[in-house]
Amino acid sequence: MDIFVQQVVSGLATGGIYASLALALVMIYQATDVVSFTQGEMAMFSTYLCWTMLNAGVPYWVAFLATLALSFVGGIVIQRVIIRPVEQAPILTIVIVTLGLLVIFNSLAGWIWTYVQKPFPSPFPSKPLRAGNVFFSAHDIGAIGITLVVLLCIYVFFRFTPLGLAMRAAAHNPVSSRLVGIRVGWMLALGWGLAAVFGAVAGMMVAPNLTLEPNLMGGVQIYAFAAATLGGFTSPGGAVLGGFIVGVVENLVGTYVSFIGTELKFTVALALIIVVLLVKPTGLFGTTVVKRV
Amino acid sequence: MTSRLPRLLGLLALAGVACALPFFLTNFRLFQFTQVYIYAIAILGLNMLTGYNGQFSLGHGAFYAIGAYVSAIMMDRWNVHYAWTIPVAGVLCLVVGFLFGLPALRLEGLYLALATFSLALAVPQILKYFEHWTGGSQGLVLNKPNAPFGLKLNPDQWLYFLTLAVLVLLFWLGANLMRGRVGRAVVAIRDNHIAAEAMGVNTSLYKSLVFGVSAAYTGVAGALSASVIAYVAPDSFNVFLSITLLIGAVIGGMASISGAIFGALFIQFVPNWAQDISKAAPWAIFGVFLIVFMYVMPFGIAGAIRLLWIRTRRSRVALSPEPRETAATQAPRAT
Repeated sequence: MDIFVQQVVSGLATGGIYASLALALVMIYQATDVVSFTQGEMAMFSTYLCWTMLNAGVPYWVAFLATLALSFVGGIVIQRVIIRPVEQAPILTIVIVTLGLLVIFNSLAGWIWTYVQKPFPSPFPSKPLRAGNVFFSAHDIGAIGITLVVLLCIYVFFRFTPLGLAMRAAAHNPVSSRLVGIRVGWMLALGWGLAAVFGAVAGMMVAPNLTLEPNLMGGVQIYAFAAATLGGFTSPGGAVLGGFIVGVVENLVGTYVSFIGTELKFTVALALIIVVLLVKPTGLFGTTVVKRV
Repeated sequence: MTSRLPRLLGLLALAGVACALPFFLTNFRLFQFTQVYIYAIAILGLNMLTGYNGQFSLGHGAFYAIGAYVSAIMMDRWNVHYAWTIPVAGVLCLVVGFLFGLPALRLEGLYLALATFSLALAVPQILKYFEHWTGGSQGLVLNKPNAPFGLKLNPDQWLYFLTLAVLVLLFWLGANLMRGRVGRAVVAIRDNHIAAEAMGVNTSLYKSLVFGVSAAYTGVAGALSASVIAYVAPDSFNVFLSITLLIGAVIGGMASISGAIFGALFIQFVPNWAQDISKAAPWAIFGVFLIVFMYVMPFGIAGAIRLLWIRTRRSRVALSPEPRETAATQAPRAT
C-alpha cells in the first residue's frame, strides 16, 4: 500500500509536467487547429536559458521568473515571425514548419550547450517528506504545487479578465471577433507566448529528474501529446486531467506489471490510451466540432 | 489530348536518364538513388492515405518496418528467394493495414495521428521483444542478391534496376487507381465524407482499403530496403522514419503522384547538404531548409510546379475562351 501511494504521488508529479505541456499543445490547437511539434523543444531551450542564468549566479526564483518572461516573448516572436507567413497555408504545411523549428531548436541547443548532460537544480529541499510510513520526494510535491498554481492562474486569466475573454473569442470565432475589434493576430501570438510559458514550467520541473540535455523533452512531448489526446484536444481541463492520468498509469504499469517493466511501459501506456479512444473517439472530455459543409 | 504528347516524351526522357544512371555513378551514389526510389514508393503510399484520403498517419514507419522484417526473416530463417519476399511483404502489409484501418475508422484527424504514432513507437520495441525471430536489437545481417540471368551488373546496379522496376510498376498502378473511379471516391471522402456517403460511396470500406493499400506500398518499400541495405535492425525504424516520410510527402506535394519522387529526393539529399554546410549544427540547417521550402511552396514542390505550369500556360493562351479544368479542382488540399 505504501508503495502504491508513493507511486501514485510520483505519477502525479510527472503527470503535472505532462499536463503543462499538454495544455500548451491544446492552447495552440484551439486557436489555430495546428498541433505544434516544437513545443517540447522550446521548453528545453527555455530550461537551458534558466540553467545559464543559474550558472551565472542568479538566484533560483529570479531566474525562474526571468525564464518565464523570456519564453513568453520568445513564443510571441516565433508566432509573429515564423508561423504567421504560413498561416493561410494547408495545416500540414504549418505542421511541417513546426517540425522544422523542432530540429532547429534541438540542433542549436546541442551546438550552444553541447550534448553533455547537465545536472539541473531543484528549488525544493532534497530531504524527502514523510507522512506515516510513506516518503515523498519534496521536488515531486513542489512540482505538483507549481503546476496547480500555474493552472489556477491560467484559469483566472481566461475566466475573469477582458484579455482572456478576447483570446477565447479569437480562438472560437476569429471572423466575428475581428468584427468587434479584437486584434485576432495578436491574440494568436499571445497564445503562443502563453504556451511557451507552460512549456518552460514543464521543462524546469522535469529537468531535475532527468538531467538537462538537448533531448530532454522528446519523451515528455510524446506523453503530452497522448495526454492531450486522451483528455480531448478541444478541452484544456481535459488535457490537464489527461496529463495526470497518463503520469499515474505510466508509473503504476511500470511498477506492478512485471513483464512490462520500464522498457515497454511507454507502449503500454499508449495502447491503453488507444483503447480509451476507440470507446470515446474525441477523448474523454472532447466535443465533436460540427462543421457546416 | 495534345498535352499528353510532351508529357509522354518527358516521361520517356526521364526513364532514359534513370536507366543510364547506373553506368555513370559510383556505387555509393547509386545506392543513394536506390534509396530515393524506395522512399518514393513509401511516400506514395502515405500520400494516398494522407494526401488523397485525408487520413493522418504518423506511423508509416511501422509498415515500413513490418515489410522489411517480413522480407528479412523469410530470407534469413527460411532461405526464401528475395524476389518472393517483396510481394509477400506487400500482401501482408495490405492485410495488417486493412485491419488497422478498421478500428481507426472511428478516429479522425489528431486522434488517428496519435493511434498511428503509437504504432510507430511500439513496433521497434515489439521487434526487440521477439528476439528469436528478429535477432533482437542486433538485427539481422543479410546478403546482397546478385544479378540473375547472367546479367553483367554488380549487386548495387541490379538492385537499382529492380527498385526502379518496382517503382515504375507501383507508380503506374497508383496513378491509375487514383485517377479512376476509386480515386474519385477516395478524394470525395476527403473533401466531404457526408456528401460522398450520400452519393453511395461506401466510406468505411474505402477508408480501410486505402489504409491497406497505403500500408502495402510502404511495406514493399520496406522489403526492398531490406535487400538493398542488407541489414535490418529495430532502431532504424524509429519514430523519426515516420516523421521523415511525412515530411517527404508534404514537401513533395500532397495528393500528387510525382510529388512522392520530389519528396524522396528531398529527404534523401537535403540532410546531406545540410551536413556539408555546417558540421556543427546540420539539423538546424535542415530545419531552415524545411521552413524556407514551406514558405516558398506551401503546396509542396509538385504544387508549385503545377501553379507555375498553369501560370505560363495562361500567359501563353491569355485569350483562350475556356480556362481548362484541373487548376482549381486539383489544387492540392491537405487536411
